[in-house]
Amino acid sequence: MTALRTPLKTALALGSAKHGVHHFLVQRITAVALLLLGLWFVWLVLRLPGLDYAGAHALLAEPCNALLMALFVIAVFWHAQLGLQVVIEDYVHSHGWQLVLQVAIRLLCILGAAAGVLAVLRIALGR
Amino acid sequence: MAEFSLPRNSRIQPGKHFPASEGAKRTRTFRIYRWDPDTSDNPRMDTYEVDLATCGPMVLDALLKIKNEIDATLTLRRSCREGICGSCAMNIDGTNTLACITAIDDCKAGDVSIHPLPHMPVVKDLVPDLTHFYAQHASIKPWLQTKSPAPPDRERLQSREDRARLDGLYECILCACCSTACPSYWWNADRYLGPAILLQAYRWIVDSRDEATGERLDELEDPFKLYRCHTIMNCTRTCPKGLNPAKAIANIKKLLVERRG
Repeated sequence: MTALRTPLKTALALGSAKHGVHHFLVQRITAVALLLLGLWFVWLVLRLPGLDYAGAHALLAEPCNALLMALFVIAVFWHAQLGLQVVIEDYVHSHGWQLVLQVAIRLLCILGAAAGVLAVLRIALGR
Repeated sequence: MAEFSLPRNSRIQPGKHFPASEGAKRTRTFRIYRWDPDTSDNPRMDTYEVDLATCGPMVLDALLKIKNEIDATLTLRRSCREGICGSCAMNIDGTNTLACITAIDDCKAGDVSIHPLPHMPVVKDLVPDLTHFYAQHASIKPWLQTKSPAPPDRERLQSREDRARLDGLYECILCACCSTACPSYWWNADRYLGPAILLQAYRWIVDSRDEATGERLDELEDPFKLYRCHTIMNCTRTCPKGLNPAKAIANIKKLLVERRG
């Protein structure tokens, strides 16, 4: 009987979750990381046209490039997860779908990041 | 899910036309949203031709002239007619503002279209239901909270500098123009407090006399209450009092980061 509830009861609802700063902070930290790593990534891509497969492989296998590529992949998927989480919170209002999609996005982002790092490791370690 | 089309019973139909009286010298046409809860009709846009030669300069003057002289069934809220009560907040020419401080001559050329505040339940015509908005205001405890007893012989004092920090906040009249211009508030008003209420919350957070700052921040630290703000800035653009709710919200976010150390 929502008609019998006071408007204040509805506005207060379940109260404050008392979290959200962490998400806010990490979203901004990964954004700054992506800005810097993105510049490096552009530099890397601009060097690729002049290289054949073996040359590109060797370029990425250099320790510095391999490290930055691994960090770039992690930052991309971490930031993507945080952003997509917000999109779903904004637009999906059914609790069931909310849960399914939030879990699916987290798993897919972990999968993407892990696959990317594994690929970089294989190139960097020569296997 | 967010709704991208209006429900069938909310779709706006063409309405009645009220031509200007004979001998009108300078007419301007107003297209006004009409909806009557006592009938099962859909909302409609009625058009009124108003003779500006016999009308005051503001949009509210035209609305009252329509109500007094052309169509007494037109329903709207107004009180102070000088931009301090916030009653006549409505969407004029596509922008949420106060009818009493919007000059007819400042509206874009052509017909002046007037709707109720967007994405709120409509009570009738230009009157939105602000019950939830006011309840959200009550939920942030908009009053001075202290633990120290008041000095026995005088008021709780504050320095000129501390008082100056309330400038740009205390002027908010809770007209709801900003909140109802915010897409985040459209989609999540059930949980997101919206720019007006967050500006009010910040007004008490920065008050040097208030001793519940931590509790206030605790209450706001929530993915929905506060962090639905995505810095869209519609609030600041539309505020008829020239305030900056987006900045107040950014300051709350800053304080929440600051207290983490």
